[in-house]
Amino acid sequence: MKETWTEVIQPKKSVFQLNLSEIWNYRDLIWIFVRRDIVSVYKQTVLGPLWFFLGPIFTVFTFVFVFNQIANISTDNIPAPLFYLAGTTLWNYFQACITGTSSTFISNANIFGKVYFPRLVSPISMVISNLLKFGIQLLMFLCFWFYYLAQGTIHPNAYIALLPLLVLLMGGMALGVGIIISSLTTKYRDLSYFIGFGITLIMYATPVIYPVSAIPEMYKPFVIYNPIAPIIETFRYGFTGSGYFSWNGLIYSSVFTVVVLLIGTVLFNKIERTFMDTV
Amino acid sequence: MTVIQVENLYKQYRLGQVGSGTLRDDFSRWWNGILGKEDPLQKIGEINDRTSVATSDYVLSLRDINFNVQEGEVLGIIGKNGAGKSTLLKVLSKVTAPSSGEIKIKGRVASLLEVGTGFHPELTGRENIYLNGAILGMKRHEITLKLDEIIDFAGIQRYVDTPVKRYSSGMYVRLAFAVAAHLEPEILIIDEVLAVGDAEFQQKAIGKMQDVSKQQGRTVLFVSHNMDAISRLCTSCLYLKNGGLELKGRTDEVIQKYLSAETSIVSKINYDESNAPGSQIVRLLEAKVLNNHQESKLNYTIDEKVGVKLTFEVLQETNDLIAGFNLYNQMDVHILSSHDTINQGKTFSPGIYDATVWLPENFLTEGMHYCGVAVMSYKPFFVHFHDVAKIGFNISDRQNGETVRGNYTGVFPGVIRPKLIWDKM
Repeated sequence: MKETWTEVIQPKKSVFQLNLSEIWNYRDLIWIFVRRDIVSVYKQTVLGPLWFFLGPIFTVFTFVFVFNQIANISTDNIPAPLFYLAGTTLWNYFQACITGTSSTFISNANIFGKVYFPRLVSPISMVISNLLKFGIQLLMFLCFWFYYLAQGTIHPNAYIALLPLLVLLMGGMALGVGIIISSLTTKYRDLSYFIGFGITLIMYATPVIYPVSAIPEMYKPFVIYNPIAPIIETFRYGFTGSGYFSWNGLIYSSVFTVVVLLIGTVLFNKIERTFMDTV
Repeated sequence: MTVIQVENLYKQYRLGQVGSGTLRDDFSRWWNGILGKEDPLQKIGEINDRTSVATSDYVLSLRDINFNVQEGEVLGIIGKNGAGKSTLLKVLSKVTAPSSGEIKIKGRVASLLEVGTGFHPELTGRENIYLNGAILGMKRHEITLKLDEIIDFAGIQRYVDTPVKRYSSGMYVRLAFAVAAHLEPEILIIDEVLAVGDAEFQQKAIGKMQDVSKQQGRTVLFVSHNMDAISRLCTSCLYLKNGGLELKGRTDEVIQKYLSAETSIVSKINYDESNAPGSQIVRLLEAKVLNNHQESKLNYTIDEKVGVKLTFEVLQETNDLIAGFNLYNQMDVHILSSHDTINQGKTFSPGIYDATVWLPENFLTEGMHYCGVAVMSYKPFFVHFHDVAKIGFNISDRQNGETVRGNYTGVFPGVIRPKLIWDKM
């Protein structure tokens, strides 16, 4: 008689056995994690969610002062505060997601060691809960944007409609890179040191605080082949009308995101089975 | 119906500093993989005995484990620290993957390797019920349905909207267990979570576990060092030793084997001329614990008579020999002392004699007991030998409602447990 088992635990799963339906079954857990992340941040604070505003606003004014006033870096004829806000809004989302997801295994070792649920639930909920922070910063950006729009200094265009795609790409890319790093850090702890300053380095290799047009010709390839650059530039182009946009760049970013997500999921899937023994 | 089937299960761990040299081992694994050879580092692990110094970098925490669990079975898992109990539970609950072998499972599994996994200190009791429930695999609407019941079981109605960091540790544990107790899995895996909490709560917890297995027909796997809890709750038992499966069978059988293997106490001891305790007049040949069928064994149920028999050789004729018996419990409390006054004044000519003393049924309490056996003279008082703490026995209670504990499932205190007479009201 052939027995029917609901589950078979084996040493190795096939590389492509991703079990995405299992993650769907745990969607309630994702939402509860998202809620936990958001609620627990501002418990026992006076200003609560306002803190999500204050950080970026100080950063932007520092950028205006240092890069625009002192270093005189061009902002492509866009008012400097708006230029930096446009750059940092998406970038901050990317950065928050990467720092969060890249330590998935290490910061959750305690829970993961005691109970099973699909491990991908953790980084996914991280990427979703950071959307709230992103939303608040976007709101702040829009306030500035409306102000300058009323003054007639900027000329938005139809590419604004690409915003949802840009957010999706940013989140997807951060998730992919983050879970690759988190999978590797379980064995090679060195990477977690790299991510600390590496993320700042990548920011300088991305047109966040300078426009693509200001890059000297010989360094342009470094920025052009950076898959984050087209996302940031498209955002800026859509909202302000100046900057650099190409479909090729955006397609390149999309392909990169998909590939990174695939590699990440496969790697993560392999590591999650035994990471408790090495972490 | 078999609900869990474990086949040739191995789990290997690296010893020493994990992280150094992994790149070299990884490379060697990868290279051998390309050549199509077997992983050279697999299964070279040694037997896991924590007292001996390792000669290999790898150790087998579980080696070649095979067993089946039937539906509704309450399976106890016993063994010393480091025997592989927790590793087995971790593999069964998918926290870590086995190194080789296979586990097949029928039904939804919930594992409680810790109470309150994932509790967030800043969140309120109610928020944590949802968080912890979801981590343990419950759906949101299932938790909502059971919310009142959970709060009630934990007894924290007043604090349900207070952050759990303000809870006393007892409240914290009660809340955590309450969530776990209201999971409705087909298979429940529990690691010594009952070691925490006060007596009242432990009783509640054990009672809940019994409900789960008896009334709802669920399967329970339960790890504990508490032989009393194991012997009362479990229908069968698994004994792990150094990562290997030593025995699976009926609970009393397995506990017996475990106690005799893991403690120095035995049910029977023999001496020869070279090491026999004694004097020029008398010496001890054998001491043993036995039941009323004259079988020598270690584990007794509370409603069984326990006999202690000493065999001694008289070397010179005398009429002044008294056998004596002392009984101690595992806390080294000297429970009682007894002298063989019936045979006082008997004339012993040289030869071999047996003295047997009986402890009545429904008299001692659960746990290990140690015996001291002696032979003395009264005129003048002289102890020829007193052999202490070599033989002993374990008493386990039953949960059939007929023993002193009745239907009470919790911790039953006291040094002895005689059946006393209560007047009818």
